[in-house]
Order: sequence, then structure tokens, then C-alpha cells
Amino acid sequence: MNKNLKELMTQVTTLDDEKRGGLDLSFEIIDEQVAKVTVEDRDELPIFITMADDQLLCICSLFDESQVTPESRMAMFESMLSLNIPMPLSSFAKMDDRYAVFGAMSLNSSAEDVALEITTLSDNSLDAIEALSDYLN
Amino acid sequence: MSSIFGKLLTALRGGAREAGEAVMDANATRIYTQEIEDAKKNLGKAKRDLTNIMASQTKGARDVKQLQDDIAKYEASALSAMEKNEEELALSCAEKVGELQTELAVQEQVLAQTAAQVIKLKALIKQSETTIREHERELKMVKTTESVQKATQSITNTQHAGANKLLDAKSSLDRIKARQQHTFDQMDAAEVLENEMGSGSLDDKLAQAGIGGNKNSASDILAKLKQGAANKG
Repeated sequence: MNKNLKELMTQVTTLDDEKRGGLDLSFEIIDEQVAKVTVEDRDELPIFITMADDQLLCICSLFDESQVTPESRMAMFESMLSLNIPMPLSSFAKMDDRYAVFGAMSLNSSAEDVALEITTLSDNSLDAIEALSDYLN
Repeated sequence: MSSIFGKLLTALRGGAREAGEAVMDANATRIYTQEIEDAKKNLGKAKRDLTNIMASQTKGARDVKQLQDDIAKYEASALSAMEKNEEELALSCAEKVGELQTELAVQEQVLAQTAAQVIKLKALIKQSETTIREHERELKMVKTTESVQKATQSITNTQHAGANKLLDAKSSLDRIKARQQHTFDQMDAAEVLENEMGSGSLDDKLAQAGIGGNKNSASDILAKLKQGAANKG
């Protein structure tokens, strides 16, 4: 339904306040398949939205390998796996040397669904860094 | 069939892969797509064949039943004829039974073959469906992986460019928290200000208590006017 990323993101960012959890969202299209969403007051942790083959991926990059204390990697992995199910709508992931939280959605998702995904992902990313900060330099 | 997870992990494992290099080369993707198309064609044909064969199976079963009925009928007739000492008629019936039994054997053979074909076709359909499902899932994963790689590239480019070079996560979190605290502080300050200036102000409280205030009610004004008139008069 929402095949056009720009159109979808315009809908998402102009939703009523309460549908965005009271968070202001702004976006820019980085290339035709990737949008960068900035959540109010959280510029350091932007959310990238990409249209994959048949799903919408929302990704928030947390930190890279260089920030992880090498000897605590295993403990961090355990924590990530344990948190994966309880964490609402998002999961931990690794892209190249970058750790991330992400959520995957149907391409038919409504703007409301995408807004909920983005605000939840943003909240999750803050909680995740806090929870994992013991393993970081 | 080798596992798609294995292939993806090999492709993703650092070092071996150049940035932006496809997980599966274009040729392999084409072969996969072709295999899916072929499997879909086979599936369509197998389903049509199955419908036809099942129809002839039904007809075959009906024919066999008919022959069995006929045999029973002529056997009964043969017995009746013998009881009535109609030797010749009984013989004719027996001959008919013989013919019918030969035909029945043939029909039963055909029916058994048809049943075997049905089983074979059903297995073929199941196999085609599995191939389609597996290949489609694998292609989906390959394409998703490629999208993710593209996104990773975008994220890397974006975060390395611009003023906010890759910050470490902890300081990012601290900054965000500080900013949020600032917002809360502003809200608190605004509330204090509102209490001082707005509805919570001293004048307001006094007015509410009926002290001071500039609320001139119509009756107050009228009273004043009357007072003025009386003073004049």
C-alpha cells in the first residue's frame, strides 16, 4: 500500500501528537530506499527506515565494536539475547561492526503503526544503551 | 539443499566481503527466480493433471462397480437357467460371466494404475510447493540482507559525515538525558512562572477572597451612581 517512503514518512511525521507519543519526529530521505528520522531531543540516536523487499525495517544504531569492552562481549551478548523477547517491538542486531536495535514491519503498515514503531524503538535504544553501558568503554 | 543461513553468514562474515558486494551474485538470483517460476509452472500442470486423473479414477471405480454388478447378475441368471434345465442358456450366461471377468480384471488394473498416479501427482505437487516456499523465503532473505547492507552504508555515511561524528553511546545517552532534564527544568520553571504571574498570583488570591481586585459588578456600579446622585442632590 505505502510503496513510497517519502509519502509514508510525511504521513508519519504529521500525525496527531498523541499518535507520536508526544515526540516530535522529523525526517530526511537519504537515498530512495532509506529515510533518516530524528526524534525530538534525541539527535544522537537517529532512526533509519529502509524499504526492503517486502518489509519495512526501522533501525537504530547503538554503538560500534570499538566501544565494547572486549572481555565483556560474551556477557553483553547474553544480556542482549535475554532482553530480546521482553523488549517491545524491537530486537538487537549487528550490522557489520555496529550493534543496533531494529523492528521489522509489513509494507502495508499504517502511518500510526510506523509512528508507534519509531517512538518505541527510540525509547528502547535509550534503555538499551543504559542497560548495556557496563559492557562499554 | 544447503542452508540459506549458512550462505548468508558466509557472505556477511567480515573481511571476505567488499562493501556493497551482493550476497548472492546476479546469476544465482536469476537461477533461483527461474527455479521458482518453473516450480510454479509444474505446480499448475500437476494440479490440472490431478484433476483429470481423479475424474477418470471416479469413472473407473464406477465402471468396476458396474462390471461386478453385471457379473453377479449373470451368475444368478446362470444358476436360474440351470435350475430350469436350460443348459444352453446357462452356458451362454457362463460365457458372459467369463467375458465380464476378463474386462473386470483389465479395469481393476487401470484403476490401480490411476490410484498410483494420483499418489505420485500429489507428491509432486507437495514437492513443487515446498520448492516454491523455500526458494521464495531464501530470495526474500537475500534481498533483505542487501537492503540492510544498503541501509548500513547510508547510516555509516550519514553518521561519519556532519558535525556529529560517531559519538560514543554513553555520551550520546548523557547528552540526550541532559537535554530531557533541561526540558523538564524548563517545564518546572514555566510552572513556577505561571503560578506567579497567572491564575495563582497573589492578586488573584486576594480577589478570590473578596479583597481588592478590580472586578466591578453591575450592582457595584449602580450603587456608586446612586451614591453620586444622592451627594449632588
